Amino acid sequence: MSTNAQKRGFGATLWDYLTTVDHKKIAHLYLIAGGLFFLIGGLEALFIRIQLLKPNNDFVSAGLFNELLTMHGTTMIFLAAMPLVFAIMNAVMPLQIGARDVAFPFLNSLGFWLFLFGGLFLNLSWFLDAAPNAGWTSYASLSIAQTGHGIDFYALGLQIAGLGTLIGGINFLVTIINMRAPGMTYMRMPMFTWTTFVVSALILFAFPPLTVGLFLMTFDRMFGANFFDAAMGGNTIIWEHFFWIFGHPEVYILILPAFGIFSEIFAIFSRKRLFGYSSMVFATVLIGFLGFMVWAHHMFTTGLGPIANAIFAVATMAIAVPTGIKIFNWLFTMWGGSIRFTTPMLWAVAFIPSFLMGGVTGVMLGSAAQDYQYHDTYFVVAHFHYVIVGGVVFALFAGAHLYWPKMFGTMLNEVLGKITFVLFFVGFHMTFFIQHFLGLWGMPRRVFTYLPGQGFETSNVVSSIGAFLMAAGVIVLLINVIITSVKNEKVGNDPWGDGRTLEWALSSPPPYYNFKQLPLVRGLDAYWIEKMEGKKGMTPAEPLGDIHMPNNSFIPFLISLGLFIAAFGAMYHGDEGNTWGIPVLIFGLLFTLGSMFVRSIKDDHGYHIPKEELIDDNDKGVKA
Amino acid sequence: MANEQLNSGNPRVDIEYRRKKNAEEMKHQVITFALMIFLTLIAFVAVAYEGFTGWFIVPFILLLAVVQVIFQLFYFMHMSHEGHEAPKLFMYTGVLIAFVTILCYTTIIWW
Amino acid sequence: MHVEEKMTVETWPAAPEKQTLDAKNKFLGFWLFLGGETVLFASLFATYLALKDSVPRSDMPLAKDLFEIPLVFAMTMILLTSSLTSVYAMYHMKNFNFKKMQVWLGITVILGLAFLGLEIYEFNHYVHEFGHTFTSSAFGSAFYTLVGFHGAHVAFGLLWITTLIIRNSKRGLNLYNAPKYYVASLYWHFIDVVWVFIFTVVYLMGMVG
Repeated sequence: MSTNAQKRGFGATLWDYLTTVDHKKIAHLYLIAGGLFFLIGGLEALFIRIQLLKPNNDFVSAGLFNELLTMHGTTMIFLAAMPLVFAIMNAVMPLQIGARDVAFPFLNSLGFWLFLFGGLFLNLSWFLDAAPNAGWTSYASLSIAQTGHGIDFYALGLQIAGLGTLIGGINFLVTIINMRAPGMTYMRMPMFTWTTFVVSALILFAFPPLTVGLFLMTFDRMFGANFFDAAMGGNTIIWEHFFWIFGHPEVYILILPAFGIFSEIFAIFSRKRLFGYSSMVFATVLIGFLGFMVWAHHMFTTGLGPIANAIFAVATMAIAVPTGIKIFNWLFTMWGGSIRFTTPMLWAVAFIPSFLMGGVTGVMLGSAAQDYQYHDTYFVVAHFHYVIVGGVVFALFAGAHLYWPKMFGTMLNEVLGKITFVLFFVGFHMTFFIQHFLGLWGMPRRVFTYLPGQGFETSNVVSSIGAFLMAAGVIVLLINVIITSVKNEKVGNDPWGDGRTLEWALSSPPPYYNFKQLPLVRGLDAYWIEKMEGKKGMTPAEPLGDIHMPNNSFIPFLISLGLFIAAFGAMYHGDEGNTWGIPVLIFGLLFTLGSMFVRSIKDDHGYHIPKEELIDDNDKGVKA
Repeated sequence: MANEQLNSGNPRVDIEYRRKKNAEEMKHQVITFALMIFLTLIAFVAVAYEGFTGWFIVPFILLLAVVQVIFQLFYFMHMSHEGHEAPKLFMYTGVLIAFVTILCYTTIIWW
Repeated sequence: MHVEEKMTVETWPAAPEKQTLDAKNKFLGFWLFLGGETVLFASLFATYLALKDSVPRSDMPLAKDLFEIPLVFAMTMILLTSSLTSVYAMYHMKNFNFKKMQVWLGITVILGLAFLGLEIYEFNHYVHEFGHTFTSSAFGSAFYTLVGFHGAHVAFGLLWITTLIIRNSKRGLNLYNAPKYYVASLYWHFIDVVWVFIFTVVYLMGMVG
């Protein structure tokens, strides 16, 4: 049982996590790794704000500033937001649909290790050469011209991490389609599961264009290809399109799970069924679909011509409709509910106006003619931070507080949680609200400093102070986590008292096999239905029997390690006098292929937990 | 195509029935293959003949390719069988996005 | 373990590739992967179409100078036929005829090798006869990337199917390896699907001009 794990030594625990295929432990890994990268990205943001604190500042050089802003964006999107979202998906989604694990536990682990090695590779750039410095979008003409290995780290690191994400997406899709508990129809799935489903579909179709784009960039920079070199017949716009065909769905990949988390929170803490469930599902699917049809609104000023700009502008504004449906549904969920302002609920309530502002500026930017005015100013910076921080980061904080007991068995302190909220909320609006105006006044984004006497001074000071408030909020959260872990006061199945979905029917944290007997789902908010009928738990849908479990495996780590090694070979082989590059590249790829080969020929049937063992600890898991 | 066949209760009869059904299906597959080869031949001949303009040949051979791929997906890969609802949904979506991508790269990149 | 149970003709199910939950997951997961691959290859096709005949100097070869019908025709026929042979293999799998299935898969592998050999010859020909290389122009980069990605898929498929044939040669068919075979054959068909578009869009349309 999971309690045994804590009694074991550090080495055994480490090995357990290195080889685990349990979705709950992989969720821990994603949370820790993503949290670490979140802190690194946050530190980079602080350096940016310190540099912009006053005109003509020399806290960092112009070159370092470019690296900081590039790595801040790249880290936050790919290495912090994505894995943190994956952490919550892994921790909660299989429980919500009443599954014992994901469809491919092995691939789940592989996805994590690929992400981690990709992220490590990217961040090693700080120590080994120079960090990437062409912006997180890494537009081709600039990124091809950059000397040093910075962009190589970007292309190869994201390639490896992206592969992991793609694998994760397929895994979640199959899990949701094939492994729902008896009675869990599509239209009874919790909103968070629905958003996970749509997001996974977006990942499936959005990541291949990124893969191709990154391959082209790798080939151009390291293997002498000419995709983006106009002098050789190349075309620099190819990168831009690939990046945004991927990049726009990517922002929906981030925001939809946030919508899902908030949908759960509004229902739980209003003690009401989510208002307009079916319209929420419809809106989620529609946002996912439209998300693929709008990418060129990032490229209005590229010169695509008025027809293309008009089409993409209209499609962009259409997204406001399903998003509006969602906002109203959340408001109506709260309407007449008996609301409890817990920490997750505070984040959720604060999310609505914050995100709405980002949405409104989004419609402004989506109007092609206006976009020429806003393009590359701080207005854009303010806009996307309002949607990403006001939407995604708020949701991650809310989700962390909400699901902490389900992931670790302990409750985060509510008082500290509320302090985190206040600090971060105030800091967030202080930092970014003023940036709208900075942009309208003409301050360009991505520039390392500004001159005195242009009217930017005070606003930048305000913005920087806000950044430090956000940092303070995060520190309070870290203290909260430490205090909670040290106290280690275990809580019961449903610590919030108003859990509605299946995950709250299980102990916190759930036993490693999740459900002793698969539960019978009788409607939306399955656990709530049982509670309202006075039952203590779910009705089982099957007799008690042996449970089939997958074996742990170290191979995912090795497969990822091989690609990590190969990436070094690919990067350095072009250096003058380099002789080991190509051999290392080949060795790394063979190492990966060999690991896959071993996986392929070695049968892995998993093992069974005998029925008798399950009867022994009858107090855990689903109580019949 | 899963195990929906009616069971007669007699395994021997079931096997005979299934054998026959599989053989029948295999015959269809061979016919499909013949058609695919035929379509390929037409495409190659159309290009080799040099008598047609590109304005005719290009859409024509693209159409042949699409038909051939439909054969491949629906018959060789059994997408026409039951139990392929999710694969169909995701393949169609993939094709849609593939189409939009290619449309973009043939229209709105600088030339 | 029941998935490894010795099966007989009598106990062999009609759809062995989807008998267990693991098999169903594998089946669906692989189809989804193919959905993603569709977009991947579409991206490569899009790049190729954008950069077709885009060369820095006017004396460099274009598509219509490079491609010749006989070689492409041979490659196409070989790959199409290998698709049929893998259909035959799956037909025998459903009938629980392990030996015949292995033989047909073996033929598939040989045809795949022949295809790959012709492709290597073709690339070599372009490089040495025409100076059309990966680095000589954007057209070259795009051509070799698209066709090379397909070739790499063929090579990977060959390794995969060969591994399956050898790994299972002693133990015969069971419900554990049947889905593996099935999924590998799906992959092989998908390679064929991509090739249909490559010979049409790259070669035939290239020759039309």
